[in-house]
Amino acid sequence: MSATIVSLPDQSTARIPKVNFLTKENGLLSWLLTGDHKRIAILYLISITFFFFIGGALAGLIRLELLAPQSDLMATDTYNKVFTMHGVVMIFLFLVPSVPATLGNFLIPLMLGAKDLALPKVNLLSWYLYVVGGILVLVTMITGGVDTGWTFTTPLSTHYVNTNVLTTGLAVFVAGFSSIFTGLNFIVTIHKMRCPGMTWFRMPLFVWAHYAASILMVLGTPVLAIAIVLVALERTIGIGVFDPAKGGDPLLFQHLFWFYSHPAVYIMILPGMGVISEVISTFSRKRVFGYTAVAFSSVAIAVFGFFVWAHHMFIMGVSNYAVLVFSLLTMLVAVPSAIKIFNWTFTLYKGSITFETPMLYAFGFMGLFTIGGLTGVFLGTSGTDIHLTETYFIVAHFHFVMVGGMLMAFLSGIHFWWPKITGRMYPEKISQLAAVVTFIGFNFTFFPQFILGTLGMPRRYAAYPPEFQILNVFSTAGATILGVGYLLPVLYLTWSLRYGEIAGNNPWQATGLEWQIQSPPLTENFTEIPIMDHEAYDYEWLENQNLARQKAKEVASVG
Amino acid sequence: MEQQADAAGFAMWLFLLTEVMFFGGLFTAYLIYRNWYYPAFVAGSHQLDVRWGTLNTLVLIISSFTMAMGVWCAETRRRSGLVLCLILTFILGLGFLGIKTVEYSEKIEKHHVPGLHYSLQSFTHPETDAAAVKAGDKPLPPDMARHTEIYFSLYFAMTGMHALHMIIGIGILGFMIFRARAGAYTTGHVTFVENFGLYWHFVDIIWIYLFALLYLISRHA
Repeated sequence: MSATIVSLPDQSTARIPKVNFLTKENGLLSWLLTGDHKRIAILYLISITFFFFIGGALAGLIRLELLAPQSDLMATDTYNKVFTMHGVVMIFLFLVPSVPATLGNFLIPLMLGAKDLALPKVNLLSWYLYVVGGILVLVTMITGGVDTGWTFTTPLSTHYVNTNVLTTGLAVFVAGFSSIFTGLNFIVTIHKMRCPGMTWFRMPLFVWAHYAASILMVLGTPVLAIAIVLVALERTIGIGVFDPAKGGDPLLFQHLFWFYSHPAVYIMILPGMGVISEVISTFSRKRVFGYTAVAFSSVAIAVFGFFVWAHHMFIMGVSNYAVLVFSLLTMLVAVPSAIKIFNWTFTLYKGSITFETPMLYAFGFMGLFTIGGLTGVFLGTSGTDIHLTETYFIVAHFHFVMVGGMLMAFLSGIHFWWPKITGRMYPEKISQLAAVVTFIGFNFTFFPQFILGTLGMPRRYAAYPPEFQILNVFSTAGATILGVGYLLPVLYLTWSLRYGEIAGNNPWQATGLEWQIQSPPLTENFTEIPIMDHEAYDYEWLENQNLARQKAKEVASVG
Repeated sequence: MEQQADAAGFAMWLFLLTEVMFFGGLFTAYLIYRNWYYPAFVAGSHQLDVRWGTLNTLVLIISSFTMAMGVWCAETRRRSGLVLCLILTFILGLGFLGIKTVEYSEKIEKHHVPGLHYSLQSFTHPETDAAAVKAGDKPLPPDMARHTEIYFSLYFAMTGMHALHMIIGIGILGFMIFRARAGAYTTGHVTFVENFGLYWHFVDIIWIYLFALLYLISRHA
């Protein structure tokens, strides 16, 4: 474990560059009116962290309630509101924007050798829309919450509940447009702003993953928007598109909703996969094995992802033939996901692996995502799905993918690019500890839920039969550990803003264009437009660069 | 500069793609219910006045022409021509909304707005309804007549969403007229006018589909 690739400049002489995007302008307005993709990324990082902790607190309440079999901490309808708000906050305000709006925003122009995203004003607009959506969610919470579950299922949401469906719906609608604008901006940037020599197959896999996720955002989100508009119209004036009393079909709502919300899980996971590709390559000093296959597997996930939505409705009365087809298509998604996992594993093979924090999180991702993904195959099989759906097995499955997968990838990425974003290193030992704590806490929390699900404990209830208590106690205890694992990074990363070691341009000796410039970068990113003359992840090129620089220095000192 | 215009145009096309998906949800709902409740959809469509619909289609097609002329004027740097074209487009857009208001108020009078006070009178007793008599409608069984409410739900949702896009468009047109008079788009910076033109034509095309799907259901050989 002592081997490390970290190469920092001499701390006694190193300085953070005086001119960078953080110091260029001062004052609150210079942030709120900025067009700089890096500053917008930081605005996003602060806001999503805020909502992550709100969502996390709600999760804590859920786990506390489930500590004992009776519903004693809160009334059952309050419990319904708590898990609904947990879902809404975590999905629309954290997971969807998490990696793309922060790291993606920060890095895509840097990785492509561009000065900014193609549409800086639209980028800022997307952040404001996010904030409006977030405020609407907070308003919903303060004025009594909503208890439909994050899926707004009709006719519950249109006829039977008397809570704030409309404000939440509006929040999701607005946050949805924030996500559409982010995706649209990425697609345009990737098409039009690549620097000379940056061909499609020289782009880092991080960019490919975001491209695929952006396609999903642009094509999927508007369908969610119209589904929500129809729910709102049905609630307010009583049109009957989803109302069985008038001949409408509530199932149509689910088709429209899941047509977005299934691809949405790939919107959440694909950018995380992009992070993992970068991290695995850097910390095993090898080009990602099967670069082209990994790149295309992202696009394949995006394409297949649009044709599997009905697997959320196997027990809701869709026809047997539809179940058959959607079940088969669902299993097809496992293929490109497996391509990624296998290729990352082969990247590790014979690599010079080191175990810095981002790599620990990446290992966590690979293990937990694999479990989460494979249990998805169980659920895609209609026979097992009929037994397991609406139980804790589902809850465990998507938390393995979303928390074990996406959140691990997010933390991996935040640690990996922290030195680039702030110019300072995070403290290595304690962050390794945090990564391990997170992994342990995560497994304690969610693994018992698989067992609970197979035993038949239904989801969305505040009370449960006493024989399930022991596993629920495990799960709640694990959630406490997990909470510590998430608090630690907030503390030491804040600490490092001031006291962290100075990172220099390229502490990891990584090959991406973003590592060849100063940290934190200049507002305009590059002093001259870079020319990409090598493949992505070319460590030999990097070595030659370093040698040339050293030689130049020697010549200078001799001269 | 050229790269920026290029990027903005591409972004506009992508945005229109999201709009296609947005209306796509409504068109999907229409497709399903029309298959299920065809007689109700036919009877419902007979309650719309094809003459108003045709007139509105003409109004929008002409407004698309004036908009296209506007883009041409901007490209060839004719300031007064551009202002004139934008004003014409603006008026035609308002005209469309005016006609739509007339149509909507007819629906309100006849209690054909889904939700409260929806009346099945015109469909269970077509002899009492002038439009139904003219179309030669037979009485629908109560069960099918009830589903006309779905037809009108979709009618209002689809034309309502379309009208919302028109209102947004007219708002932007107003802003553009103001700026065009100051000469903002006739000095080579035509991207905004071009992209707005794309939006306007898109809204027009949506209407042409809506016209065929909502007004002309049973009018084929």
